Amino acid sequence: MSQLLTWTTLLPAAILLSSLVPGALIFLLREESHVLRGVLNMAGAIIKLVLVAVLIWGVFLGVVFESRVTIAPGLDLVLHADALSVLFVTLSTVLWLVTTIYAIGYLEHSPNRSRFFGFFSLCVSATVGIALAGNLLTFVIFYEILTLATYPLVAHRGTPDATRGAKIYLAYTMAGGVALLIGAVWLRSLTGPVDFVEGGVLAAMPEALHPQLIAIFLFLLVGLGVKAALFPFHGWLPQSMVAPAPVSSLLHAVAVVKAGAFGIVRVVYDVYGVEFASQLGLLTILGIMASFTIVYGSVMALTQDGLKKRLAYSTVSQVSYIALGASILGPVATIGGMVHLVHQGIMKITLFFCAGNYAETLGVHKVSQMDGVGRRMPWTTLAFSVGALGMIGIPPIAGFVSKWYLGLGAVEAGEHWVLLILAASTLLNAAYFLPILYKAWFRDPPQEWPNEHVFDSRFETMGALLWPPVITAALCIIAGLLAAAPFSPLEWATLIARREYQP
Amino acid sequence: MTTDSLILPIALPLLGALLATALPRIAPLLGVLTAALTAMSGLWLTGLVWVSGDLSIVLGGWGLPLGIGLSADGLSAALLAMSSLVGLGISVYALGYFSGSERGLHFWPLWLLLWTALNGVFLAADLFNLYVMLELLGLSAAALGALTGSRDAVSANLRYLLVGLLGSITYLLGVALIYTAYGTLDIGLLSERVEPSALVSTSLVLMTAGLALKAALFPLHFWLPPAHANAPAPVSAALSALVVKAAFYLILRLWTDLFATITDAGAAFILGALGAGAILWGSWRALRAERLKLLAAYSTVAQIGYLFLFFPLLQALPPGPARDDLFAACVLMAVTHGFAKAGFFLAAGLVQKKAGHDRIDELGGAAQSMPATTFSIALAGSALIGLPPSGSFIAKWVLMQSALETGQWWWLIVIALGTLLAAAYIFRVLSRAFGQEPTPQCFITDARAEIPALLLALASVALLGLAAGPIWSLLGFEGVQI
Repeated sequence: MSQLLTWTTLLPAAILLSSLVPGALIFLLREESHVLRGVLNMAGAIIKLVLVAVLIWGVFLGVVFESRVTIAPGLDLVLHADALSVLFVTLSTVLWLVTTIYAIGYLEHSPNRSRFFGFFSLCVSATVGIALAGNLLTFVIFYEILTLATYPLVAHRGTPDATRGAKIYLAYTMAGGVALLIGAVWLRSLTGPVDFVEGGVLAAMPEALHPQLIAIFLFLLVGLGVKAALFPFHGWLPQSMVAPAPVSSLLHAVAVVKAGAFGIVRVVYDVYGVEFASQLGLLTILGIMASFTIVYGSVMALTQDGLKKRLAYSTVSQVSYIALGASILGPVATIGGMVHLVHQGIMKITLFFCAGNYAETLGVHKVSQMDGVGRRMPWTTLAFSVGALGMIGIPPIAGFVSKWYLGLGAVEAGEHWVLLILAASTLLNAAYFLPILYKAWFRDPPQEWPNEHVFDSRFETMGALLWPPVITAALCIIAGLLAAAPFSPLEWATLIARREYQP
Repeated sequence: MTTDSLILPIALPLLGALLATALPRIAPLLGVLTAALTAMSGLWLTGLVWVSGDLSIVLGGWGLPLGIGLSADGLSAALLAMSSLVGLGISVYALGYFSGSERGLHFWPLWLLLWTALNGVFLAADLFNLYVMLELLGLSAAALGALTGSRDAVSANLRYLLVGLLGSITYLLGVALIYTAYGTLDIGLLSERVEPSALVSTSLVLMTAGLALKAALFPLHFWLPPAHANAPAPVSAALSALVVKAAFYLILRLWTDLFATITDAGAAFILGALGAGAILWGSWRALRAERLKLLAAYSTVAQIGYLFLFFPLLQALPPGPARDDLFAACVLMAVTHGFAKAGFFLAAGLVQKKAGHDRIDELGGAAQSMPATTFSIALAGSALIGLPPSGSFIAKWVLMQSALETGQWWWLIVIALGTLLAAAYIFRVLSRAFGQEPTPQCFITDARAEIPALLLALASVALLGLAAGPIWSLLGFEGVQI
């Protein structure tokens, strides 16, 4: 399938390559070439941001972007930008830039940086590939590459704990990958190539195939549910907390967990079609799983003393909001789920950056050690508070907007039980976040911090560590306050919902 | 032109082998030079088949039933291209690996002889010449395998030699039966003439059994792991990546070409079931292996199993685009494994050299100090698991799709289990590379040794996984049009 090389066919590929090429080059760098590595990292991140800005504008105007490579007859690698992919691409590009700055600061003087940043770039490339995948085959390919690229990041520290965490991560994701592969191949054997089309492609399938389509959905759901950390496939997530803080941030906010949630959204809306999925009873299964996971994750978070573990269980809970949004039939709930894809990302990355700052600056790893950190590190704690309050759903922070639309959508669809889930989750979120804030701001600091580093800096910690959470916390507030402004995540989610529900 | 291009891939390495024997002092130089020329001639022939379709000639001035016939079609050209590139990689690597050692002098003539036989198998057009080439292949392979001279290596390869002879003899019996019935051994003529009969069936069973023994199809694989694991690294690579493929190629040729009218679903199912056994047993043993090269050898047993899963499905599909796709996927799988396994063994050899042993549990330091080599193992490993974007992922995708379309869904269970087991044994190795050893200073530490392994592994992933289309074109298939 030959294609004219124009900017609309090259742009998706260029966005992918803007992190893949620097990543490949970084592997080849000598360990001590800090400057060159930094330049490659930042250049890739900034070029990607510019390209994505062009993409957003184009998709908004309705331009069709598609890069297509034929791997073998009938098997095409397709990168296609629609409104939903733009949402995810933008999220990962913006957060990649921020996380790169953070990681450069965080890993200063630590070993194996060429390896780390090489895989880090591969990981983002795979995420962008997932976002732009135009058919199921392409999605599966990038989904598996993501597994491979994140394994070295989780194992990076090399401690026995890290090795164990990475092994558990791999066991879960590989098993999930096989389930996804079986589902994808099965679907393809029934329908031919499965292109993602707004509104879905399967509604016209003959009735006799419906049982098979349900079985396929279950396979896909298992495969995607592992990465999205849906109960009971979430076991790897708390274990992989051993990874360095920038990796945890990336895993939880952008890459792995989001890839799973994004996949669920894709399958529901653009493969099955939300009405057809509802008709097959698939949304009920998804809704029950998501609701259970939301409550379960929150309850588990309550019992954790490790700060990163508490955040990890909070992720388990929060990411399921996205699946919950997808499981309710109706445009308003769709908007709530979609916009949470972005909102959860910026809030959770803020929280993980802050957790990393506490650990790096003060040696504080546990909630019980956090007495008075607000006085020692006010800016970090301020950012943390914004993230935490947003997670609880307090206006005007971004998380409120997601919950509002989810609740409204549930009422509109007549699914009133969802409100109970949301209320329970809000209470639980408050129960595990507010004590932290209380300790941080109102308790007296201890005589001595567990392991304090004094950085040569005007601020409470190194600048490269401080600015990223402050920036993302600001984004959380802006996304909430200016939710109705053009090109805000909410407006974009509304655009997606409009296109998905178009007759 | 055609004549030369068909003869050269066989004649060049033979000539090189003779010269390397006569002039041992410059054997390495002669060897690499010959390797480069042989690879070029192989690729040239592949190019010719691509452009102008099947080629064949008869040597010696005699007519077809009597003369020595050579022919090349898409299948042989694809495997020839593989043997050319992999062979070249192995040769460059061997130059560094054997430099300054006495053993190297024996390596070159034997290796070139092996390459001659290998190309001979791919290009021979009649069953008897195939037997001669197979015999030559078995002899040179066993001699190469015993090159280290250690007691383990010698005893393993003596067994390899005997098994190889038994396999060839069984195959020859089958050939003799065919000859008594039809009076010719030319594959082209025979495929037009054979008709179902007890004699032909017996002959097919004998030939398949003999070749299955040589291809190490479960449960006839017992000889392979010790022989492949105890050879020097470049030899292991050649044995695992190339030599077993020769026997597999012949089985594929017999089943889909010569005896296409004789085979039935039951027989094909048996091959598939043995393949399934190979996948599960081979992967399991690889997972339990204590040594890196033994792991790689058992992984070959498993990978051969995948190739045999194609038979029941090829049998079930009617001629047409869907079957063409499956056939191309089968070739893609074989070729990808060739590249990946060669890359894996070459990289494993470097790790072994660095660490002084290849016990997996103690390899951490060596693996971490050679990033490029570990990276090659990871790339080749992902092709062995069948993860995207490798050629074996594409092949597996088509294989699974055909299994579902023909209603033989049970193979999916085997593939899924095999994939998980493969991931487990590959990552058992890779997890060693993430320890708290000192940071290596740069990516490539020894270019001449590391680059061939890296390129072979990279080809199995990036090249065959993202641009597998040429295999379809080479085989003359359009593919399923949508």
